[in-house]
Amino acid sequence: MDEIFLAELVERYIRGELNETERTQFDELRKNNAEIDQLVVENLFFLNQLEEFGNTKRLKESINETVSKLISEGFITPTAPERQLNIVYLWNRYKKTIAVAASIATIVSIISASLISAFSNEKTDNIKPLVEKIKEQDDKYNKLEKKIEKINSGKANHASAEKPRLESKFRATGFIIDVNNNYLVTNAHVLNEATHKIIVENCKGEQFAAEAIYSNKTSDLAIIKITDPSFEKLSPTPYSIRKTNSDLGDAIFMLGYPKQEIVYGEGYISAKNGYQMDSVFCQLSTLANEGNSGSPVINKNGELVGVVSSKEANLDGVVFAVKSPNIYSAVNEINKSKGKNTVKITSRPILRRTDRVIQIKKIQDYIFMIKGN
Amino acid sequence: MSKTGQDKFLLEGLANQDRNIIESIYKTYFEMISRLIIKNKGSFDDAADIFQEAMIIIYQKSLDTDFELNCQFKTYLYAVCRRLWLKRLQKNKASGLHVEEFENIVAEETDIEDHQEKQYNFELMENAMKKIGEPCKSLLEAYYIHKKPMQEIAADFKYTNADNAKTQKYKCMMRLKKLFFLEHKNKH
Repeated sequence: MDEIFLAELVERYIRGELNETERTQFDELRKNNAEIDQLVVENLFFLNQLEEFGNTKRLKESINETVSKLISEGFITPTAPERQLNIVYLWNRYKKTIAVAASIATIVSIISASLISAFSNEKTDNIKPLVEKIKEQDDKYNKLEKKIEKINSGKANHASAEKPRLESKFRATGFIIDVNNNYLVTNAHVLNEATHKIIVENCKGEQFAAEAIYSNKTSDLAIIKITDPSFEKLSPTPYSIRKTNSDLGDAIFMLGYPKQEIVYGEGYISAKNGYQMDSVFCQLSTLANEGNSGSPVINKNGELVGVVSSKEANLDGVVFAVKSPNIYSAVNEINKSKGKNTVKITSRPILRRTDRVIQIKKIQDYIFMIKGN
Repeated sequence: MSKTGQDKFLLEGLANQDRNIIESIYKTYFEMISRLIIKNKGSFDDAADIFQEAMIIIYQKSLDTDFELNCQFKTYLYAVCRRLWLKRLQKNKASGLHVEEFENIVAEETDIEDHQEKQYNFELMENAMKKIGEPCKSLLEAYYIHKKPMQEIAADFKYTNADNAKTQKYKCMMRLKKLFFLEHKNKH
Protein backbone atom coordinates (compact mmCIF):
# COMPACT_ATOMS: atom_id res chain seq x y z
CA MET A 1 0.00 0.00 0.00
CA ASP A 2 1.05 3.50 -0.81
CA GLU A 3 2.66 5.08 2.22
CA ILE A 4 1.38 8.52 1.36
CA PHE A 5 -2.13 7.25 1.02
CA LEU A 6 -1.83 5.62 4.41
CA ALA A 7 -0.50 8.80 5.99
CA GLU A 8 -3.44 10.72 4.63
CA LEU A 9 -5.83 8.10 5.89
CA VAL A 10 -4.35 8.23 9.37
CA GLU A 11 -4.44 12.02 9.41
CA ARG A 12 -8.07 12.06 8.43
CA TYR A 13 -8.74 9.37 11.02
CA ILE A 14 -7.20 11.52 13.79
CA ARG A 15 -9.23 14.50 12.74
CA GLY A 16 -12.40 12.44 12.66
CA GLU A 17 -12.89 13.06 8.96
CA LEU A 18 -13.45 9.44 7.92
CA ASN A 19 -16.98 8.41 7.07
CA GLU A 20 -18.44 5.21 8.41
CA THR A 21 -17.52 2.89 5.50
CA GLU A 22 -14.01 4.29 5.37
CA ARG A 23 -13.68 3.73 9.07
CA THR A 24 -14.76 0.11 8.88
CA GLN A 25 -12.38 -0.47 6.00
CA PHE A 26 -9.61 1.20 7.91
CA ASP A 27 -10.20 -0.92 11.03
CA GLU A 28 -10.44 -4.05 8.88
CA LEU A 29 -7.15 -3.22 7.17
CA ARG A 30 -5.37 -2.79 10.50
CA LYS A 31 -6.75 -6.03 11.87
CA ASN A 32 -5.69 -8.11 8.86
CA ASN A 33 -2.28 -6.68 8.23
CA ALA A 34 0.14 -6.45 11.15
CA GLU A 35 2.63 -4.47 9.12
CA ILE A 36 0.09 -1.82 8.24
CA ASP A 37 -1.13 -1.76 11.81
CA GLN A 38 2.41 -1.02 12.95
CA LEU A 39 2.65 1.79 10.40
CA VAL A 40 -0.66 3.21 11.57
CA VAL A 41 0.45 3.23 15.19
CA GLU A 42 3.66 4.94 14.19
CA ASN A 43 1.81 7.50 12.11
CA LEU A 44 -0.72 8.09 14.86
CA PHE A 45 2.02 8.86 17.34
CA PHE A 46 3.90 11.05 14.92
CA LEU A 47 0.91 12.98 13.69
CA ASN A 48 -0.26 13.65 17.22
CA GLN A 49 3.20 14.99 17.98
CA LEU A 50 3.12 17.10 14.87
CA GLU A 51 -0.31 18.55 15.63
CA GLU A 52 0.77 19.36 19.15
CA PHE A 53 4.00 20.87 17.91
CA GLY A 54 2.10 23.07 15.50
CA ASN A 55 -0.33 24.27 18.16
CA THR A 56 2.38 24.98 20.71
CA LYS A 57 4.51 26.73 18.14
CA ARG A 58 1.57 28.88 17.10
CA LEU A 59 0.86 29.79 20.72
CA LYS A 60 4.51 30.69 21.25
CA GLU A 61 4.41 32.97 18.25
CA SER A 62 1.25 34.67 19.53
CA ILE A 63 2.85 35.11 22.94
CA ASN A 64 6.06 36.55 21.53
CA GLU A 65 4.12 39.01 19.43
CA THR A 66 1.96 39.96 22.40
CA VAL A 67 4.97 40.53 24.63
CA SER A 68 6.75 42.71 22.08
CA LYS A 69 3.56 44.67 21.58
CA LEU A 70 3.11 45.18 25.31
CA ILE A 71 6.73 46.20 25.73
CA SER A 72 6.48 48.74 22.94
CA GLU A 73 3.26 50.09 24.43
CA GLY A 74 4.89 50.37 27.83
CA PHE A 75 2.66 47.88 29.63
CA ILE A 76 5.63 45.65 30.36
CA THR A 77 8.99 47.11 31.27
CA PRO A 78 12.12 44.99 31.05
CA THR A 79 13.92 45.49 34.34
CA ALA A 80 17.38 44.72 35.55
CA PRO A 81 17.76 41.80 37.97
CA GLU A 82 18.14 42.54 41.65
CA ARG A 83 21.25 41.47 43.41
CA GLN A 84 21.70 39.22 46.43
CA LEU A 85 18.42 38.66 48.12
CA ASN A 86 17.67 36.26 50.84
CA ILE A 87 15.80 33.58 49.03
CA VAL A 88 14.51 31.69 52.06
CA TYR A 89 13.03 34.80 53.50
CA LEU A 90 11.37 35.70 50.26
CA TRP A 91 10.10 32.24 49.87
CA ASN A 92 8.21 32.51 53.12
CA ARG A 93 6.76 35.76 52.08
CA TYR A 94 5.58 34.35 48.78
CA LYS A 95 3.72 31.61 50.51
CA LYS A 96 1.88 34.28 52.37
CA THR A 97 1.20 36.09 49.16
CA ILE A 98 -0.39 33.01 47.72
CA ALA A 99 -2.65 32.66 50.71
CA VAL A 100 -3.62 36.27 50.25
CA ALA A 101 -4.11 35.79 46.56
CA ALA A 102 -6.36 32.86 47.22
CA SER A 103 -8.42 34.46 49.90
CA ILE A 104 -8.87 38.04 48.90
CA ALA A 105 -11.48 38.66 46.32
CA THR A 106 -9.51 40.87 44.07
CA ILE A 107 -10.09 39.61 40.59
CA VAL A 108 -10.77 42.55 38.41
CA SER A 109 -12.99 42.31 35.40
CA ILE A 110 -11.05 41.78 32.21
CA ILE A 111 -12.47 44.76 30.48
CA SER A 112 -11.54 47.24 33.15
CA ALA A 113 -8.60 45.15 34.35
CA SER A 114 -6.57 47.60 36.32
CA LEU A 115 -3.01 47.43 35.25
CA ILE A 116 -0.40 46.72 37.81
CA SER A 117 1.87 49.61 37.10
CA ALA A 118 5.16 48.51 35.65
CA PHE A 119 7.29 50.26 38.15
CA SER A 120 10.61 49.11 39.37
CA ASN A 121 11.23 51.13 42.43
CA GLU A 122 14.81 50.50 43.37
CA LYS A 123 14.02 50.44 47.04
CA THR A 124 11.54 47.64 46.85
CA ASP A 125 8.97 46.16 44.57
CA ASN A 126 6.50 45.52 47.30
CA ILE A 127 5.33 49.04 47.52
CA LYS A 128 3.57 50.63 44.70
CA PRO A 129 3.82 54.28 43.75
CA LEU A 130 0.43 55.82 43.30
CA VAL A 131 0.92 57.73 40.11
CA GLU A 132 -1.49 56.63 37.46
CA LYS A 133 -0.17 55.87 34.04
CA ILE A 134 -2.85 56.73 31.60
CA LYS A 135 -3.73 54.09 29.12
CA GLU A 136 -4.75 54.92 25.63
CA GLN A 137 -8.28 53.86 26.30
CA ASP A 138 -8.55 56.10 29.33
CA ASP A 139 -7.16 58.94 27.41
CA LYS A 140 -9.87 58.63 24.84
CA TYR A 141 -12.34 58.65 27.66
CA ASN A 142 -10.68 61.70 29.10
CA LYS A 143 -10.87 63.48 25.81
CA LEU A 144 -14.54 62.72 25.61
CA GLU A 145 -14.99 64.02 29.11
CA LYS A 146 -13.14 67.17 28.16
CA LYS A 147 -15.20 67.63 25.06
CA ILE A 148 -18.38 67.55 27.07
CA GLU A 149 -16.83 69.92 29.53
CA LYS A 150 -15.82 72.30 26.78
CA ILE A 151 -19.28 72.31 25.32
CA ASN A 152 -20.72 73.13 28.69
CA SER A 153 -18.36 75.91 29.56
CA GLY A 154 -17.29 76.79 26.05
CA LYS A 155 -18.87 80.21 25.82
CA ALA A 156 -17.97 81.37 29.26
CA ASN A 157 -14.39 80.30 29.10
CA HIS A 158 -13.46 80.67 25.51
CA ALA A 159 -9.78 81.46 25.92
CA SER A 160 -8.85 78.41 27.92
CA ALA A 161 -11.00 76.15 25.80
CA GLU A 162 -8.94 77.08 22.80
CA LYS A 163 -5.60 76.39 24.42
CA PRO A 164 -4.24 73.11 23.09
CA ARG A 165 -4.60 70.41 25.71
CA LEU A 166 -1.74 68.17 26.64
CA GLU A 167 -1.85 64.45 25.90
CA SER A 168 -0.82 63.11 29.25
CA LYS A 169 0.98 59.88 30.02
CA PHE A 170 0.11 59.85 33.69
CA ARG A 171 -1.94 61.51 36.37
CA ALA A 172 -1.02 62.32 39.94
CA THR A 173 -1.85 64.97 42.52
CA GLY A 174 -0.09 68.05 43.88
CA PHE A 175 -0.95 70.97 46.15
CA ILE A 176 0.02 74.62 46.45
CA ILE A 177 2.40 75.65 49.22
CA ASP A 178 3.41 79.10 48.01
CA VAL A 179 0.70 81.24 46.44
CA ASN A 180 3.01 84.17 45.71
CA ASN A 181 5.29 82.21 43.43
CA ASN A 182 2.87 79.39 42.60
CA TYR A 183 4.87 76.46 43.94
CA LEU A 184 3.33 73.04 44.33
CA VAL A 185 4.44 69.92 46.13
CA THR A 186 4.12 66.46 44.63
CA ASN A 187 6.12 63.21 44.66
CA ALA A 188 9.54 62.80 43.09
CA HIS A 189 8.50 59.52 41.46
CA VAL A 190 5.72 61.37 39.66
CA LEU A 191 8.28 63.47 37.83
CA ASN A 192 10.11 60.35 36.68
CA GLU A 193 7.19 59.89 34.36
CA ALA A 194 7.43 63.35 32.83
CA THR A 195 10.19 63.50 30.29
CA HIS A 196 8.95 66.41 28.23
CA LYS A 197 6.32 68.59 29.78
CA ILE A 198 4.53 68.99 33.05
CA ILE A 199 1.17 70.62 33.40
CA VAL A 200 -1.19 71.08 36.29
CA GLU A 201 -4.92 70.99 36.00
CA ASN A 202 -7.35 72.45 38.53
CA CYS A 203 -10.69 71.03 39.51
CA LYS A 204 -12.38 73.10 36.81
CA GLY A 205 -10.34 71.33 34.15
CA GLU A 206 -8.13 74.30 33.29
CA GLN A 207 -4.56 73.38 32.44
CA PHE A 208 -1.45 75.39 33.16
CA ALA A 209 2.15 74.82 32.17
CA ALA A 210 4.57 74.06 34.99
CA GLU A 211 8.16 73.10 35.51
CA ALA A 212 10.03 71.07 38.07
CA ILE A 213 12.48 72.92 40.25
CA TYR A 214 13.33 70.34 42.88
CA SER A 215 13.18 66.60 43.28
CA ASN A 216 14.49 64.34 46.04
CA LYS A 217 14.32 60.59 45.68
CA THR A 218 14.93 59.81 49.35
CA SER A 219 12.06 61.90 50.62
CA ASP A 220 10.11 61.27 47.42
CA LEU A 221 9.21 64.95 47.32
CA ALA A 222 9.28 67.27 44.35
CA ILE A 223 8.45 70.92 44.00
CA ILE A 224 7.13 72.34 40.78
CA LYS A 225 6.29 75.87 39.74
CA ILE A 226 3.33 76.95 37.66
CA THR A 227 4.91 79.06 34.95
CA ASP A 228 1.83 79.68 32.86
CA PRO A 229 1.13 83.44 32.63
CA SER A 230 -2.59 82.80 32.47
CA PHE A 231 -2.61 81.29 35.95
CA GLU A 232 -4.29 83.61 38.42
CA LYS A 233 -2.85 83.91 41.90
CA LEU A 234 -4.79 82.27 44.65
CA SER A 235 -5.37 83.72 48.10
CA PRO A 236 -3.09 82.29 50.83
CA THR A 237 -3.34 78.55 51.35
CA PRO A 238 -6.05 77.67 53.84
CA TYR A 239 -4.00 74.88 55.42
CA SER A 240 -0.81 75.11 57.43
CA ILE A 241 1.96 72.55 57.12
CA ARG A 242 2.72 70.74 60.33
CA LYS A 243 6.31 71.11 61.51
CA THR A 244 6.38 68.08 63.78
CA ASN A 245 5.36 64.47 63.27
CA SER A 246 1.75 63.55 63.92
CA ASP A 247 0.52 61.22 66.58
CA LEU A 248 -0.52 57.64 66.16
CA GLY A 249 -4.26 57.36 65.69
CA ASP A 250 -4.75 60.91 64.42
CA ALA A 251 -7.72 61.08 62.11
CA ILE A 252 -6.80 62.32 58.66
CA PHE A 253 -8.40 62.96 55.31
CA MET A 254 -7.01 63.25 51.82
CA LEU A 255 -8.01 64.91 48.58
CA GLY A 256 -6.56 63.69 45.33
CA TYR A 257 -7.13 62.69 41.75
CA PRO A 258 -7.32 58.91 41.46
CA LYS A 259 -9.73 59.77 38.67
CA GLN A 260 -10.50 62.75 36.48
CA GLU A 261 -12.25 64.47 39.37
CA ILE A 262 -11.22 65.22 42.91
CA VAL A 263 -11.82 62.39 45.36
CA TYR A 264 -12.10 62.57 49.13
CA GLY A 265 -10.87 59.82 51.41
CA GLU A 266 -10.36 59.43 55.13
CA GLY A 267 -8.45 57.28 57.58
CA TYR A 268 -5.97 57.51 60.43
CA ILE A 269 -2.27 57.39 61.08
CA SER A 270 -1.59 53.73 61.78
CA ALA A 271 2.19 53.67 62.24
CA LYS A 272 4.91 56.22 62.73
CA ASN A 273 7.23 54.77 60.13
CA GLY A 274 6.83 53.65 56.57
CA TYR A 275 7.71 50.51 54.68
CA GLN A 276 10.61 48.65 56.31
CA MET A 277 10.74 51.27 59.08
CA ASP A 278 11.61 54.07 56.70
CA SER A 279 11.37 57.14 58.93
CA VAL A 280 10.74 59.55 56.08
CA PHE A 281 7.28 58.09 55.81
CA CYS A 282 4.40 57.30 58.09
CA GLN A 283 1.78 54.66 57.54
CA LEU A 284 -1.86 55.42 57.01
CA SER A 285 -4.82 53.18 57.24
CA THR A 286 -6.92 54.34 54.33
CA LEU A 287 -7.59 53.52 50.71
CA ALA A 288 -5.59 55.12 47.96
CA ASN A 289 -5.21 54.38 44.29
CA GLU A 290 -3.09 55.24 41.33
CA GLY A 291 -3.34 58.97 40.85
CA ASN A 292 -3.26 59.64 44.58
CA SER A 293 0.50 60.17 44.58
CA GLY A 294 1.11 63.68 45.91
CA SER A 295 -2.26 63.99 47.63
CA PRO A 296 -2.17 66.12 50.76
CA VAL A 297 -2.94 64.32 54.03
CA ILE A 298 -4.72 66.72 56.35
CA ASN A 299 -5.79 66.35 59.96
CA LYS A 300 -9.00 67.54 61.54
CA ASN A 301 -7.51 70.93 62.38
CA GLY A 302 -6.72 71.58 58.76
CA GLU A 303 -3.03 70.99 59.23
CA LEU A 304 -1.25 69.26 56.40
CA VAL A 305 0.58 66.31 57.95
CA GLY A 306 1.81 64.33 54.96
CA VAL A 307 1.93 63.63 51.26
CA VAL A 308 0.60 60.31 49.92
CA SER A 309 3.32 58.41 48.11
CA SER A 310 2.76 54.68 47.81
CA LYS A 311 0.90 51.68 49.12
CA GLU A 312 1.67 48.09 49.88
CA ALA A 313 1.34 46.27 46.61
CA ASN A 314 -0.27 43.19 48.07
CA LEU A 315 -2.39 44.68 50.79
CA ASP A 316 -5.23 47.08 50.53
CA GLY A 317 -5.49 49.81 53.12
CA VAL A 318 -1.79 50.19 53.87
CA VAL A 319 -0.71 53.53 52.47
CA PHE A 320 2.56 55.37 53.00
CA ALA A 321 2.85 59.12 53.15
CA VAL A 322 5.86 61.43 53.39
CA LYS A 323 5.78 63.16 56.77
CA SER A 324 5.17 66.89 56.53
CA PRO A 325 8.44 68.09 58.18
CA ASN A 326 10.16 66.83 55.03
CA ILE A 327 8.42 69.59 53.09
CA TYR A 328 10.22 72.16 55.23
CA SER A 329 13.53 70.39 54.61
CA ALA A 330 12.87 70.49 50.88
CA VAL A 331 12.02 74.19 50.98
CA ASN A 332 15.17 74.91 53.01
CA GLU A 333 17.28 73.04 50.50
CA ILE A 334 15.87 75.07 47.63
CA ASN A 335 16.31 78.35 49.46
CA LYS A 336 19.88 77.46 50.30
CA SER A 337 20.81 76.79 46.72
CA LYS A 338 18.66 79.33 44.94
CA GLY A 339 18.64 82.19 47.38
CA LYS A 340 16.63 83.11 50.43
CA ASN A 341 12.89 83.16 50.12
CA THR A 342 12.76 81.52 46.71
CA VAL A 343 9.98 79.41 48.14
CA LYS A 344 7.99 80.74 51.03
CA ILE A 345 5.29 78.60 52.51
CA THR A 346 2.22 80.77 52.66
CA SER A 347 -0.59 79.77 54.88
CA ARG A 348 -3.45 81.34 56.66
CA PRO A 349 -4.86 78.47 58.61
CA ILE A 350 -8.56 79.08 58.75
CA LEU A 351 -9.82 75.56 58.92
CA ARG A 352 -9.66 74.79 62.62
CA ARG A 353 -13.00 73.71 64.02
CA THR A 354 -14.63 74.04 60.65
CA ASP A 355 -17.11 71.65 59.23
CA ARG A 356 -15.47 69.05 56.96
CA VAL A 357 -17.55 70.00 53.93
CA ILE A 358 -16.43 73.61 54.26
CA GLN A 359 -12.84 72.54 54.79
CA ILE A 360 -12.95 70.60 51.56
CA LYS A 361 -14.54 73.46 49.66
CA LYS A 362 -11.78 75.79 50.80
CA ILE A 363 -8.98 73.34 50.13
CA GLN A 364 -9.92 71.87 46.77
CA ASP A 365 -8.91 74.94 44.76
CA TYR A 366 -5.34 74.39 45.95
CA ILE A 367 -5.14 70.80 44.81
CA PHE A 368 -4.14 70.10 41.26
CA MET A 369 -3.82 67.19 38.94
CA ILE A 370 -0.25 66.75 37.82
CA LYS A 371 0.01 65.54 34.27
CA GLY A 372 2.72 65.37 31.69
CA ASN A 373 4.39 63.46 28.98
CA MET B 1 -18.94 38.16 35.45
CA SER B 2 -18.30 35.99 38.48
CA LYS B 3 -14.80 35.08 39.46
CA THR B 4 -15.04 31.46 38.39
CA GLY B 5 -16.90 32.50 35.26
CA GLN B 6 -14.12 34.85 34.42
CA ASP B 7 -11.43 32.22 35.03
CA LYS B 8 -13.35 29.85 32.78
CA PHE B 9 -13.42 32.57 30.17
CA LEU B 10 -9.63 32.93 30.41
CA LEU B 11 -9.12 29.18 30.08
CA GLU B 12 -11.42 28.94 27.07
CA GLY B 13 -9.72 31.89 25.45
CA LEU B 14 -6.35 30.29 25.99
CA ALA B 15 -7.58 26.98 24.58
CA ASN B 16 -8.61 28.85 21.43
CA GLN B 17 -5.36 30.82 21.44
CA ASP B 18 -7.38 34.03 21.45
CA ARG B 19 -4.97 36.95 21.09
CA ASN B 20 -7.05 39.32 23.17
CA ILE B 21 -7.21 36.87 26.03
CA ILE B 22 -3.46 36.22 25.86
CA GLU B 23 -2.85 39.94 25.96
CA SER B 24 -5.24 40.42 28.83
CA ILE B 25 -3.55 37.64 30.83
CA TYR B 26 -0.15 39.23 30.27
CA LYS B 27 -1.41 42.68 31.21
CA THR B 28 -2.98 41.44 34.39
CA TYR B 29 -0.45 38.91 35.67
CA PHE B 30 2.95 39.44 34.10
CA GLU B 31 4.02 42.01 36.66
CA MET B 32 3.26 39.61 39.51
CA ILE B 33 5.30 36.79 37.96
CA SER B 34 8.24 38.93 36.92
CA ARG B 35 8.42 40.19 40.49
CA LEU B 36 8.58 36.62 41.74
CA ILE B 37 11.33 35.62 39.32
CA ILE B 38 13.41 38.77 39.59
CA LYS B 39 13.33 38.70 43.37
CA ASN B 40 14.61 35.15 43.23
CA LYS B 41 17.79 35.55 41.23
CA GLY B 42 16.13 35.67 37.86
CA SER B 43 16.20 38.23 35.10
CA PHE B 44 13.45 39.80 33.07
CA ASP B 45 14.18 37.31 30.30
CA ASP B 46 13.84 34.44 32.74
CA ALA B 47 10.49 35.83 33.80
CA ALA B 48 9.36 36.07 30.18
CA ASP B 49 10.52 32.48 29.60
CA ILE B 50 8.83 31.07 32.65
CA PHE B 51 5.61 32.92 31.94
CA GLN B 52 5.57 31.58 28.40
CA GLU B 53 6.19 28.03 29.59
CA ALA B 54 3.42 28.35 32.15
CA MET B 55 1.05 29.63 29.47
CA ILE B 56 1.86 26.60 27.34
CA ILE B 57 1.28 24.25 30.25
CA ILE B 58 -2.05 25.83 31.06
CA TYR B 59 -2.95 25.85 27.38
CA GLN B 60 -2.27 22.13 27.11
CA LYS B 61 -4.32 21.51 30.23
CA SER B 62 -7.13 23.64 28.91
CA LEU B 63 -7.48 21.31 25.92
CA ASP B 64 -8.16 18.41 28.26
CA THR B 65 -11.91 18.24 28.76
CA ASP B 66 -11.46 16.66 32.20
CA PHE B 67 -9.33 19.51 33.42
CA GLU B 68 -10.93 21.86 35.89
CA LEU B 69 -9.41 24.67 37.87
CA ASN B 70 -9.83 24.01 41.55
CA CYS B 71 -8.44 27.38 42.51
CA GLN B 72 -8.28 30.82 40.97
CA PHE B 73 -6.56 31.20 37.62
CA LYS B 74 -4.20 33.68 39.21
CA THR B 75 -3.25 31.25 41.97
CA TYR B 76 -2.78 28.42 39.52
CA LEU B 77 -0.62 30.48 37.21
CA TYR B 78 1.45 31.64 40.16
CA ALA B 79 1.95 28.09 41.43
CA VAL B 80 2.99 26.78 38.00
CA CYS B 81 5.46 29.60 37.49
CA ARG B 82 6.93 29.16 40.94
CA ARG B 83 7.34 25.45 40.42
CA LEU B 84 8.95 25.92 37.02
CA TRP B 85 11.32 28.50 38.40
CA LEU B 86 12.34 26.38 41.38
CA LYS B 87 12.98 23.50 39.01
CA ARG B 88 15.20 25.66 36.89
CA LEU B 89 17.04 27.04 39.90
CA GLN B 90 17.66 23.54 41.13
CA LYS B 91 18.87 22.46 37.71
CA ASN B 92 21.29 25.35 37.60
CA LYS B 93 22.32 24.60 41.16
CA ALA B 94 22.51 28.33 41.57
CA SER B 95 20.43 28.33 44.67
CA GLY B 96 20.84 27.21 48.21
CA LEU B 97 17.37 25.77 48.30
CA HIS B 98 16.62 22.83 50.50
CA VAL B 99 14.55 19.84 49.65
CA GLU B 100 11.88 20.53 52.22
CA GLU B 101 11.04 23.72 50.46
CA PHE B 102 9.98 21.70 47.50
CA GLU B 103 7.79 19.58 49.68
CA ASN B 104 5.85 22.64 50.66
CA ILE B 105 4.35 22.86 47.25
CA VAL B 106 0.73 21.95 47.01
CA ALA B 107 0.78 18.92 44.73
CA GLU B 108 -2.60 19.27 43.09
CA GLU B 109 -1.81 22.70 41.76
CA THR B 110 1.42 21.94 40.06
CA ASP B 111 1.36 18.77 38.05
CA ILE B 112 3.89 19.94 35.54
CA GLU B 113 5.65 16.59 35.14
CA ASP B 114 3.84 15.37 32.06
CA HIS B 115 4.70 18.69 30.56
CA GLN B 116 8.36 17.76 30.57
CA GLU B 117 7.77 14.89 28.21
CA LYS B 118 5.76 17.16 25.96
CA GLN B 119 8.53 19.69 26.10
CA TYR B 120 11.02 16.97 25.15
CA ASN B 121 9.00 15.85 22.15
CA PHE B 122 8.55 19.46 21.14
CA GLU B 123 12.31 19.90 21.01
CA LEU B 124 12.75 16.71 18.97
CA MET B 125 10.20 17.96 16.47
CA GLU B 126 11.80 21.36 16.34
CA ASN B 127 15.20 19.80 15.60
CA ALA B 128 13.73 17.57 12.93
CA MET B 129 12.02 20.60 11.41
CA LYS B 130 15.33 22.44 11.29
CA LYS B 131 16.98 19.61 9.41
CA ILE B 132 14.31 19.02 6.82
CA GLY B 133 15.18 22.00 4.63
CA GLU B 134 13.09 24.06 2.23
CA PRO B 135 10.51 24.05 0.81
CA CYS B 136 9.34 21.28 3.14
CA LYS B 137 9.86 23.36 6.27
CA SER B 138 7.75 26.29 5.10
CA LEU B 139 5.15 24.00 3.61
CA LEU B 140 4.69 22.02 6.81
CA GLU B 141 4.77 25.16 8.94
CA ALA B 142 2.10 26.76 6.81
CA TYR B 143 -0.13 23.72 7.26
CA TYR B 144 0.52 22.57 10.82
CA ILE B 145 1.46 25.83 12.58
CA HIS B 146 -0.42 28.51 10.74
CA LYS B 147 -3.30 26.22 9.78
CA LYS B 148 -3.56 27.62 6.31
CA PRO B 149 -5.99 25.86 3.95
CA MET B 150 -4.42 23.74 1.22
CA GLN B 151 -5.66 26.03 -1.60
CA GLU B 152 -3.90 29.00 -0.07
CA ILE B 153 -0.71 27.02 0.44
CA ALA B 154 -0.82 25.84 -3.17
CA ALA B 155 -1.10 29.44 -4.34
CA ASP B 156 1.65 30.66 -1.99
CA PHE B 157 4.06 27.96 -3.09
CA LYS B 158 3.05 28.22 -6.75
CA TYR B 159 1.71 24.69 -7.09
CA THR B 160 -0.68 24.31 -9.98
CA ASN B 161 -3.41 22.91 -7.74
CA ALA B 162 -4.19 21.98 -4.17
CA ASP B 163 -3.86 18.25 -4.83
CA ASN B 164 -0.24 18.60 -5.93
CA ALA B 165 0.51 20.67 -2.88
CA LYS B 166 -1.16 18.04 -0.75
CA THR B 167 0.93 15.23 -2.23
CA GLN B 168 4.05 17.32 -1.66
CA LYS B 169 2.97 17.98 1.91
CA TYR B 170 2.62 14.25 2.58
CA LYS B 171 6.03 13.58 1.05
CA CYS B 172 7.52 16.23 3.32
CA MET B 173 5.68 14.77 6.24
CA MET B 174 7.14 11.32 5.61
CA ARG B 175 10.61 12.83 5.58
CA LEU B 176 9.93 14.73 8.75
CA LYS B 177 8.69 11.53 10.35
CA LYS B 178 11.93 9.74 9.56
CA LEU B 179 13.98 12.64 10.95
CA PHE B 180 11.81 12.80 14.06
CA PHE B 181 12.23 9.12 14.88
CA LEU B 182 15.93 9.40 14.15
CA GLU B 183 16.18 12.24 16.68
CA HIS B 184 14.21 10.11 19.06
CA LYS B 185 16.61 7.19 18.67
CA ASN B 186 19.72 9.34 19.01
CA LYS B 187 18.51 10.85 22.26
CA HIS B 188 17.80 7.52 23.87
